[in-house]
Amino acid sequence: MENSLVLREVTLTLPMLPDMEIAASKTATAMAEFMHMSSDRIDEVRMAVVEACINSFEHSQATDRKVYITFSVLGDRQPETLQIVLRDTGIGFDPGDVAKPTIEEKIKAESKRGWGLQIIQGLMDEVEISSNDDGTKIVMTKHR
Amino acid sequence: MSETLKLTVDRRDELAVIYTEGYINNQGGEEIAREAFKLIDDGEKTLLLNLSGTKIVNSIGISILIEIIEKMLDIEGKLAFCSLTPTIEKTFHIMGLTQYAAIFPDEESAVGELA
Repeated sequence: MENSLVLREVTLTLPMLPDMEIAASKTATAMAEFMHMSSDRIDEVRMAVVEACINSFEHSQATDRKVYITFSVLGDRQPETLQIVLRDTGIGFDPGDVAKPTIEEKIKAESKRGWGLQIIQGLMDEVEISSNDDGTKIVMTKHR
Repeated sequence: MSETLKLTVDRRDELAVIYTEGYINNQGGEEIAREAFKLIDDGEKTLLLNLSGTKIVNSIGISILIEIIEKMLDIEGKLAFCSLTPTIEKTFHIMGLTQYAAIFPDEESAVGELA
């Protein structure tokens, strides 16, 4: 991907309001359709984007209450990869501190939530998270 | 895609089928749980969730579905799903839901197995 060109790019700034994740998922769908991704893979991207937005909405504590998302279609002449970068300006977290949830544990637990990262990692081809006191950036990649 | 979930319930002799249409987010999950708990209180022990009208879910909505699974385990009942999109099915596998709730490709095969 190092030598890839950016063939198309769209940037969204979304307020952290109910159902705004749907706006992000619609843009992801349009970008994936542009690169002729299969419908099943488009659905996977869509769901991963929804989860990334919800994680940010719920946990970032960003004072501007916004997420910044860049959707880039990358490739050498032909579209090959969809890269989605979601940023917030929240308090950050240590990804190493996030315990991997298990159904056995969650089914008995009072809180059954905390699945977002596991779902994103399961649905996308590559996921990179960087986070510090200035915010969190998640880079999600799906190949065509 | 509708952001509001619509539910339809079909009560039969040996099971009840809940049909969903729309996005299963927190509100959608709560609506399903409310309906499921009402059916359980009325004595239903086998529930089938037909998600053919749902193309997207989120983890908050699914977490509420896990509450229904927990309730079904308590009463020694059964919850199953049918007609999922490949991505929703994959997500359920990622989360391990299939250890506690069967997934069927369509309603006919689900009813054949559960009833």
